[in-house]
Amino acid sequence: MDFSLIFSQIINGLQTGSVYALVALGYSMVYGIILLLNFAHGDIIMVGAYTAFYAITSFHLHPLLAVLLEVIVSTVLGVVIEKVAYTPLRSAPRLSLLITAIGISFLLENGAQLLFGADTKSMDPIVSGNMTLFGASVSYAALLTIAVSVISMLILTFLVQKTKLGKAMRAVSEDMGAAQLMGISLNKTISFTFAVGSALAGVGSILYLCAYPQASPTMGSMLGLKAFVAAVLGGIGSIPGAMIGGFAIGLLEALVSAARLSMWKDGVVFAILIVVLLVKPTGILGRKITEKV
Amino acid sequence: MKKFLAMFLALVMVVGLVACGGGNNNPSGGGAQTNTDGQNNTDGNNSGGDDSQQPSGGSGDGEIVVAFIGNTTGDYAQYGIPVRNSVQLYINQLNDKGGINGKQVKVLEYDDKGDGVEAVNAFNLALDNGATAIIGSVLSGPSMALADATYEVNMPQISASATAAGYTMIDADDPNSEIRTNAFRACFIDPFQGEKMADYAVNKLGAQTAGILYEMGVDYSEGLMAAFEEKAGELGLEIVAKEAYATGDKDFKAQITNIAAQNPDIVYAPVYYGEAGLAITQARQAGLTATFVGGDGYGSIKDYASAEDLEGTVYCSGYAPGTESVAQFEADYEAAYGEPVPNMFAPLAYDAAMLMCNALEAAENAGLEAGTDDYKQAVIDALAATNGVEGVTGSYAFDEYNNPIKSAAIIELTGGNEQFKEMY
Repeated sequence: MDFSLIFSQIINGLQTGSVYALVALGYSMVYGIILLLNFAHGDIIMVGAYTAFYAITSFHLHPLLAVLLEVIVSTVLGVVIEKVAYTPLRSAPRLSLLITAIGISFLLENGAQLLFGADTKSMDPIVSGNMTLFGASVSYAALLTIAVSVISMLILTFLVQKTKLGKAMRAVSEDMGAAQLMGISLNKTISFTFAVGSALAGVGSILYLCAYPQASPTMGSMLGLKAFVAAVLGGIGSIPGAMIGGFAIGLLEALVSAARLSMWKDGVVFAILIVVLLVKPTGILGRKITEKV
Repeated sequence: MKKFLAMFLALVMVVGLVACGGGNNNPSGGGAQTNTDGQNNTDGNNSGGDDSQQPSGGSGDGEIVVAFIGNTTGDYAQYGIPVRNSVQLYINQLNDKGGINGKQVKVLEYDDKGDGVEAVNAFNLALDNGATAIIGSVLSGPSMALADATYEVNMPQISASATAAGYTMIDADDPNSEIRTNAFRACFIDPFQGEKMADYAVNKLGAQTAGILYEMGVDYSEGLMAAFEEKAGELGLEIVAKEAYATGDKDFKAQITNIAAQNPDIVYAPVYYGEAGLAITQARQAGLTATFVGGDGYGSIKDYASAEDLEGTVYCSGYAPGTESVAQFEADYEAAYGEPVPNMFAPLAYDAAMLMCNALEAAENAGLEAGTDDYKQAVIDALAATNGVEGVTGSYAFDEYNNPIKSAAIIELTGGNEQFKEMY
């Protein structure tokens, strides 16, 4: 293995990892604020991919317009799911919320199958072409993917750390009751969190389409699960953690495949979940939460 | 809370593992394209197999009885129905032209529902009803079960689409295995495609180095890959990279990068169209410009990658849609059944019916009595002696394993279309 080959494989890993990271951010944020594992999150990506597919192939929108529309649809879908399915259950036991999330996930997958058909829809890649970097051929799609995800994370960090809404989010995640007493609107803050998470999923969906220009009803489920593992690995609830977890899972997958062990790719990812849960259940950057009695 | 989370995560993992282990349900017949909508079952024929047909009482009454056995209902009916239609189409045309030596050919139709036991039951019924030859079955599994039964009584049998080597060979892994001398097929078997494309890559594309990308654990992909590799070794085509992926993967970038590092002249990727399209897209993104070469699983690949990325990709097919030799067949099929030819099973079935009727004619010419052992042997001998008979899908002869020796249609992707290039 020479340097350029290793470099290419690292780029491959970072490209896949970027998508995982963006999806993992959505998982992490929602979990951080209402302790819900939003399993419909992966399927938001699927809906986003279909939106982009139809916008480009059927309505011949400019790719940039299609991306914008796609992110808006994802965001709205995320908020609608939150309002319709999760808000009425806010005071219900956690398990009810979780089962609802799985139900929504099935609803979206099967709804898409009904609406768009079970077959895979394929489109031309949104970004094509490649350049040579350090003796290795790197696609523009890969560079764009990595850049967009890093920029998204910077914006998100700014949003959470520096803005009023971000402050409200952090407050709600720390203590929901106290935040409410301080005059923070719970509904608004939670909806905002869902909106941001879903918008990131929308961006992730576009980046996914850059790498694999196909949409199918079940594309979100495996992607969602892997992103979830990434979120757990990084420390669920932590924004930089989700990013690190995503990149780590992506790199690991690329290296496992490069070593001709692609049969074990999924196995390795889920084995990591086991190891993390056994050794450090809070993940790399997770906070240690002491249960109050 | 933590405990609950941990428990839930364990549950997620189980779901994940189940999702990973999803099986591969591809039917045996290559990467045939399916067009499941609009299957119109125009005729009111018996599909149950136990409707008693009128016994013909052997020959003598100016009728030759042939049985079609195939799955016209059930999961893979989209393969069986075109086969049934094409057999009917050929035999109706033959009868309109006066049949075989003035005798009409009568087709008994039995539905085996894609099941080996049903196929054998249907065969026993066909025997009771005086059948002198069998056309069927459609899927490899029931075809093999049926061949076991026909071999015992030396009944001539031809399948349009059974691709498994074990259909004509009792033990497919043993090259010296006993051959079911009575069983023939109209399609080529999987390894044949691999050999053909290795040959084509060396002699027509001038390739000296090749990369391989295949799907692990899938008979079709592994079979083609192994045959390609073996033939490449014989021809001096060097395999510089051999990569695999697992069923369900969409990300081949790591494997493609390994292949690209060796910069081969061609990449042989015997996979189905969806994955092939993704692989080609990802290859072009990784700067791999080698020509992609595939098997009949590439049918309709044009919808799964951009025209620019696909340019120059070649694959072999049992059937070249839209070429002159098949135009007449396509027109006839559409006129008879009100839908275009749905997949390559239809023309192969038309050829299978033609080969069988030619052989029956030889036995009739010899003046033998239908149903006798001599008659059956004469049909089998005539089939085995087939040489250069022109069918819709190419010119036919049979090798010692009763597999057709025929040219494959080479399809090339030009300007986003799947163009027939040449017979090879």
